[in-house]
Amino acid sequence: MSPQINLEEQFQAKIDAEIKIEPKDWMPDAYRKTLVRQISQHAHSEIVGMLPEGNWLTRAPSLKRKATLLAKVQDEAGHGLYLYSAVETLGVTRLQTIEDLISGKAKYSSIFNYPTLTWADMGAIGWLVDGAAIMNQVPLCRASYGPYARAMVRVCKEESFHQRQGYEIMMTLASGSAEQKEMAQDALNRWWWPAIMMFGPTDAESANTEQSVKWKIKRHTNDELRQKFIDATVPQAEYIGLTIPDKDLKWNEEKGMYDFGPIDWDEFWNVVKGNGPCNKQRLEARRNAHTEGAWVRDAASAYAEKRAKRAASKVA
Amino acid sequence: MENKDWPLWEIFIRSRQGLDHKHVGSLHAADAQMAIENARDVYTRRMEGVSIWAVESKFIHASNPDEASSLFEPAEDKVYRHPTFYDIPEAIGHM
Repeated sequence: MSPQINLEEQFQAKIDAEIKIEPKDWMPDAYRKTLVRQISQHAHSEIVGMLPEGNWLTRAPSLKRKATLLAKVQDEAGHGLYLYSAVETLGVTRLQTIEDLISGKAKYSSIFNYPTLTWADMGAIGWLVDGAAIMNQVPLCRASYGPYARAMVRVCKEESFHQRQGYEIMMTLASGSAEQKEMAQDALNRWWWPAIMMFGPTDAESANTEQSVKWKIKRHTNDELRQKFIDATVPQAEYIGLTIPDKDLKWNEEKGMYDFGPIDWDEFWNVVKGNGPCNKQRLEARRNAHTEGAWVRDAASAYAEKRAKRAASKVA
Repeated sequence: MENKDWPLWEIFIRSRQGLDHKHVGSLHAADAQMAIENARDVYTRRMEGVSIWAVESKFIHASNPDEASSLFEPAEDKVYRHPTFYDIPEAIGHM
């Protein structure tokens, strides 16, 4: 038996025994690569995810809603940073990770390439997009890589408020004037299918799932999580009198779950490939933020240097 | 585009008086003061802390996980360091 095979067997035995992998432990290259890809994509999604909501910060309908939205956007920045910190433990520099985002090399969740046209979109995003994210993220708290799992525990603790404030916005609109209810319904119509697609391609089409499940980076398949999300969300829509835009949606008594209509995978792949309504705008916004923020970083460096010098001269 | 990378800092938070500082993650900052200010925003947005330690990551020395079994081996055969190793009559009560 070659030593390499032996190491890989030992590694898998640790995973099977639910022993977490920590940064300096031996791990297969492919495991490291998968984690770097998945965690950095996740981090980028949090960072780009601030943009669609940032669009409404100055136009929130009340001071309370504005404070809430600002707190949510701040959380997303925080979540991005927890995750960037986890990526860095795998030996990739922060600069490289950021560079991969703004050069367009790295991906982020396609959901953020859709525009936020009305205030109701803030409700739909919190309720559906954060709701779907929670479905994905809760099992990740038990992911086999320690720093990722620990970051996800922090993320999940904070995410519940995001979904609840979104649902509350939808609930308020749905019980308001006819125009407000219509606005809520319109937001649900536009966000439902993209939210369903957030779980990724079907299990049959998902190339990485099997290995990721074996490594316990993933605990459930895309289709399992999607079904769970639909089953949880349909009654929530009914409760506030909104209609899910899927004519094939119906309760399947035998299976104890909802049947739903076909997903437009052409649209999904099209947005992944960069042709969604806002792909260009989002990347440009990140790029500009980075370039236009350069003087702030330079100033902070200069100030830190000055402060260090002053402290040194005081000692002398 | 400038490419000056700020040093990496490990952040430790004391969640309330009486408890130890606990490692929560890392962040980049130009100096210690900025590391503490950023740590406040990144790791204590919901009153998770009453005190922050920031330690530049390069100053942390870690044991090697590959040598863990030999490093910790001396403790493995010393069961007599635990109270349950000693038989005390029940009549004595709690000891």
